[in-house]
Amino acid sequence: MTTLVRPAFSIFLLLTLVTGIGYPLAVTGIAKLVFPEAAEGSLIRVDGTPVGSALIGQSFTAPDYFWGRPSATAPRPYNAAASGGSNQGPLNPALMDAVRGHIATLKAADPGNSLPIPVDLVTASGSGLDPHISPAAAHYQVARVARARQLSPAALSALVAEFTEGRQWGVFGEPRVNVLKLNLALASRHPD
Amino acid sequence: MTHHAWLILGLYLLVLLLAAWPLGRYIANVMEGRPLLGLGLRGGFESPLYRLCGVRRDTEMSWLHYALAILLFNLIGALAVYALQRLQLWLPLNPQGLPNVSPDSSFNTAISFATNTNWQGYAGETTMSYLTQMLGLAVQNFLSAATGIVVVIALIRGFAGHSATTIGNAWVDLTRVTLYVLLPIALVFAVVLVSQGVIQNFSPYQDVTTLDVTRYDTPRLDAAGLALKDAQGGVLTAPTTSRTQTLAMGPVASQEAIKMLGTNGGGFFNANSAHPYENPTPLTNFMQMLLIFLIPAALCTTFGRMVGDSRQGWALLTAMTLMFIGMAVAAMHFEGQGNPLLANLGVDLAPGNLEGKETRFGSAESGLFATITTLASCGAVNSMHDSFMPLGGLVALWNMMLGEVVFGGVGTGLYGMLVFAVMAVFIAGLMIGRTPEYLGKKIEAFDMKMVAIAILVTPILVLAGTAIAVTTAAGVAGIANPGPHGFTEILYAFTSAANNNGSAFAGLSANTPFYNGMLGAAMWFGRFGVIVAVLALAGSLAAKPRIAASAGTMPTHDVLFVVLLIGTVVLVGALNYVPALALGPVVEQLMLGSVN
Repeated sequence: MTTLVRPAFSIFLLLTLVTGIGYPLAVTGIAKLVFPEAAEGSLIRVDGTPVGSALIGQSFTAPDYFWGRPSATAPRPYNAAASGGSNQGPLNPALMDAVRGHIATLKAADPGNSLPIPVDLVTASGSGLDPHISPAAAHYQVARVARARQLSPAALSALVAEFTEGRQWGVFGEPRVNVLKLNLALASRHPD
Repeated sequence: MTHHAWLILGLYLLVLLLAAWPLGRYIANVMEGRPLLGLGLRGGFESPLYRLCGVRRDTEMSWLHYALAILLFNLIGALAVYALQRLQLWLPLNPQGLPNVSPDSSFNTAISFATNTNWQGYAGETTMSYLTQMLGLAVQNFLSAATGIVVVIALIRGFAGHSATTIGNAWVDLTRVTLYVLLPIALVFAVVLVSQGVIQNFSPYQDVTTLDVTRYDTPRLDAAGLALKDAQGGVLTAPTTSRTQTLAMGPVASQEAIKMLGTNGGGFFNANSAHPYENPTPLTNFMQMLLIFLIPAALCTTFGRMVGDSRQGWALLTAMTLMFIGMAVAAMHFEGQGNPLLANLGVDLAPGNLEGKETRFGSAESGLFATITTLASCGAVNSMHDSFMPLGGLVALWNMMLGEVVFGGVGTGLYGMLVFAVMAVFIAGLMIGRTPEYLGKKIEAFDMKMVAIAILVTPILVLAGTAIAVTTAAGVAGIANPGPHGFTEILYAFTSAANNNGSAFAGLSANTPFYNGMLGAAMWFGRFGVIVAVLALAGSLAAKPRIAASAGTMPTHDVLFVVLLIGTVVLVGALNYVPALALGPVVEQLMLGSVN
C-alpha cells in the first residue's frame, strides 16, 4: 500500500499544478494578449459606459423597442448572474399559461397584427439570456415599433435586414437578429 | 428533417472521422511510449518527474494494483474538490464572496466531478468561486478523463498481451494522457473559444446600464425579512424596476475546452452550453459537439493499432456510427416538429420546439447536440432537455440507457463497447456451440462474470434508485412537472448519475440531502463498480495466450459481427428499461396525442 500512497499524492499534486494553475493562467494570458475584448465579455460601451454585452440579451418591454425571447431567469428576466430555462415539459399547464400570456401581451401591443406568431417570441430560451430572435420575430414587431417611433415600416424593415445575420460560414446555426444591437442602432439613429 | 439538419449531420460525421483517425494513432504512440515529434519520451523530462513522485517507471502493475492506484487517485481528487468547496470563502479568487458550499452538495459535486459525471445540483455562477472552478472542478475534468482513457488502454493491453501478468503502470499512463493528449488539445481549443466570445478573466461580476427598464415582481418582506403572504398563502409581491444588469464573469474558456474534450459536461454557468458566454456562436457549438466525440472515436483507431488489427477498431467504430446516426435523426426529427399544443394558439411551428432552446442553434443543432451529449456520457447541454418533446426526451434518456457505449465517454465508451463485444461473441458461441474467442483470447467463466457485473451495475442502480425515489416523500418532493413527466425527471436523474452522464431534466430540485446522497452513491458505484470489473477482465485476458485464428474462429471485423454487436447493445438496453420508459415518455406522448 505504501508503494501506492506516495505516487498517488505526488502525481495528483503535480497534475493539479499543471492543469489547475498553469493551464488556466496560460489561457488567460494568451486571451488577454490576443482577444482582450472577447475575454472580458464582449462589452458594448456608449460614451465609455458599458451598456451591455453583444452576447447577452436584455429585457425589453417598451413598445418602441424590439423585444427579445421570454426569459425564465429568477427573480427577474435576463438575470445574467443566474442563468437558466423554464424546464417546463411540453404538456405542463404552466407552459401553456406562459405562452398564452406572451401571446396576449403581443396582441395587446399590436392588435391589428395578423402575421403568424413566431414561436421564439412566446417560448423561453435555454439560458434565459438569448441575445437573438429569428428574422421572422423581428419582422413581426416592425409595425408596432414603427408606430411607436413614427417611422415608416419600410425604413424599419431595412434596419432589421441590416442587422440580420445569416448562418455562420453559410452553414452553421440559424439566421438571427441581435436584439440589443438592433435597439442600440434604433435609439441612436431614430431617437424618439 | 430539414436539408440543413442533414447537412450538419453529414458534415459532423465527416470532420469527426477525419480528425479522429490521426489522433487515434497519436494516442497509441503516447501510450506505447514511442518517441513523439521531438519529445524523447523514454528519456527527457519525464524521468526526474517520476523520481520526484516516487514512481518506478518501468515497474508494471497487476490488475489489482492498477485498480487500487486508480481508486486511490480518484478518492484524493474527490476529497480535494470537497475541501475546496467547504473552504472557498476563506480562499483567494472569490470576488463575489460566495459562501462555503453545504456538506451534502459538496459531497455530491465532489463525487460527480471525480467520476466524470458532472451532474450539477448547484448553479455555477451563484455557488462556486473561481478557485473552486479552476483548481477543483476543471482539474477533475482532466483527471477523470485521463482515468477513463487509461482504464481502456489497460483493457486493450489485456487483449494485446500474451500470457502477461501485468497491464501497465497507472501513474505513467495517467501522466502521459494528461500531458500529451488532453492538455495540448484543450489549450488550442480554449484559445479558439475565446476568439469566438467565450470569456476568460478573473474580474468581479460586471454591472452594465441597460437600454430599457427591466420590470419584475419581488416578494414583499416583513420587518424580519420573511416573505409576506396573503390569506390563501400566496406570496405578496411588489412591482420593481431596474436598469442594472449584472454579468457573471470568470475563467470560462479554459474550463469549457476540457469540459467537452474530456466528455465531462459540467457547466461553468447554470445554463451550461446554452449560456452565450460558454457557447456564443454556432461555430463554437459545432466545435463543442466535435470535441465530445473526438477522443471516443479516436480510441477505436488506437484499439485497432494496439491489438495489431485495425479492422477490429473499424468494426466497433462502424457499429457506433450507425447507432449514432439513427439516434441523431430521431432527436432532430422530434424536436423539429414542435409542440402541437402551441399550433392551436396560432403559433408558427416551422422552426420546431424552441422552449428551452437558443435562437442561434435552433431545433436541429440542439437535437444533434442532445444526442451527442447523452450518447457520450458528456452531459453538457445547449438546450434544456426537460422541455424537449416527449419522444425527443425519450431519445436522450434511451441514449444513456444503452450504457454510454455508442462513442461513450472518453475511455469508458470503448471499454463499455468492448465488454458488449465480449458479450456478443459469447452469445454467438452459445448459438454455435463453441468456446467463444475474441481477438484470440478464450472467453471463460471468470471473464463472463466480470462482463455481467460491468453490464448490470448501472441498470440495478438506476431502477432501484428510481424506485426508492418515487416511493419516498423526499424523492417526490423534487418533481417540477406534473404527470408522467415528473416520473421521467426522476428516472432521468438516476439514469444520468449511474451512467456518469450528468445531463438532467433540470426541473427536478435535486440539491437536497436526499438526492445529493442517493445520486452521489449512484455515480460512485456506477463508475468504479464498472472500472474494477473491467480491470479484472483486463488482468484475466492478459494472462491468457493469444490463439491464432482458425477456420472455426468467428470473425469480429465483418458486417455480421457489427449487426450482432448492435443487436446485443440494443437488446440489453431494451430488456432493462422498456417498462420504465413506458411509464414516462411513452405515456406522455400518448397524452399529447389525446389532448391535441
